[in-house]
Amino acid sequence: MRHLMSPLDFSVDELDRLLNLASDIEKHPQKYAHACDGKKLATCFYEPSTRTRLSFEAAMLNLGGSVLGFSSADSSSASKGESVSDTIRVISCYADICAMRHPKEGAPLVASLKSQIPVINAGDGGHQHPTQTLTDLLTIRSLHGELGNLTIGLCGDLKFGRTVHSLIHALIRYPGIRFILISPEELRIPSYLREDVLAANNIPFTELERLEDAMPELDILYMTRVQKERFFNEEDYVRLKNYYILTTEKMELAKKDMLVLHPLPRVNEISVEVDDDPRAAYFKQAQYGVYVRMALILTLLEIDVNAL
Amino acid sequence: MLNISGIHEGFVLDHIQAGMSLQIYHDLKLDKLDCTVAIIKNAKSSKMGKKDILKVECPVEALDLDILGFIDHNITVNVIKNDKIVEKKILHLPRQVKNVISCKNPRCITSIEQELDQIFLLTDEEHEIYRCRYCEEKYRNPNRR
Repeated sequence: MRHLMSPLDFSVDELDRLLNLASDIEKHPQKYAHACDGKKLATCFYEPSTRTRLSFEAAMLNLGGSVLGFSSADSSSASKGESVSDTIRVISCYADICAMRHPKEGAPLVASLKSQIPVINAGDGGHQHPTQTLTDLLTIRSLHGELGNLTIGLCGDLKFGRTVHSLIHALIRYPGIRFILISPEELRIPSYLREDVLAANNIPFTELERLEDAMPELDILYMTRVQKERFFNEEDYVRLKNYYILTTEKMELAKKDMLVLHPLPRVNEISVEVDDDPRAAYFKQAQYGVYVRMALILTLLEIDVNAL
Repeated sequence: MLNISGIHEGFVLDHIQAGMSLQIYHDLKLDKLDCTVAIIKNAKSSKMGKKDILKVECPVEALDLDILGFIDHNITVNVIKNDKIVEKKILHLPRQVKNVISCKNPRCITSIEQELDQIFLLTDEEHEIYRCRYCEEKYRNPNRR
């Protein structure tokens, strides 16, 4: 039995198989409509996350399975002081697979150590959110055509953004990847990523402050939100805030086939006018999130998809 | 000159950094053992200037040397049997340490579920970096030489 705690739990080959399956699900959804008949997914969400939870639930319903669970710690036995280990032992009696989100880092791992059913980490604090990374990889591969040979701009809060860190870890395993890291000085990637991950693996990267300077080179632009409270002083925030808002004017500087991704929710870092640009891929990304979660459920439940 | 007699069976832990012997005494749980222990502090050392030494008269299997390797793998461990040194053990960084150090990350699951074992895994041998098994918070040994 396997669990998913980090996007790097899968080798590149395993990831390829998972993404192939997700692409097949996209093309032939009917083929998989009853693949999980009689199976149950437990969504154990100790903190609210509407989109991730609904994406998991939609994935299981699309496979013919059913869902049960809770969407906040207040409505679970955690409010009575039950440990994660005890909760998962009980959930193991009710469901066939579990997706767990928890504000404390490592909680899904603790659950997986005692679980009788596969556990998927659906986000643990600022630590890991592997299904977001799988979603990003599927979106890039489906819309760009391949996961290698691309220049990807990561823009916004690169210091605290776990989706960005996970994506860097996942993408460096593919050939021909070049990063352009666009952020204010205060929010650059942590030094361990720069030195131990990018430099140590000879991955080319550039660090810039202005999004405009990067736009013409990018195959993918991955936007994240820059929060005002992350800046050390108001002056810098006022000086820099507009650099990190994607507008139709900035899109004019980009390649005709560049893709814009965003893990959502978007606040104001992408103007709504950009939504109509065919290069805006962030809502398609949400759809790919369902396909990749369907593929993940099938994989972890070890369902023989060749027999479908 | 202070004289401490030799031991018949047990260990001599030599080349301990000066000032570390009491911590090692506790980490090895020597206070729980019913045996003779000599703690020598600030002994002269040609290599280190000054050093601490621990002499422990106990059965040789009574000590968890993994913990010692984690605390300071440069310590020399002489195994004594029948009043003679029969072995000099080379200490290695253990792959995992359990319930020796605690995770300091307030966002770690161990901060609210205190019955969980505190487990740290060796992730970078060259830089002697351990990470919490649950949240991957980094721990760098402050005693690293």
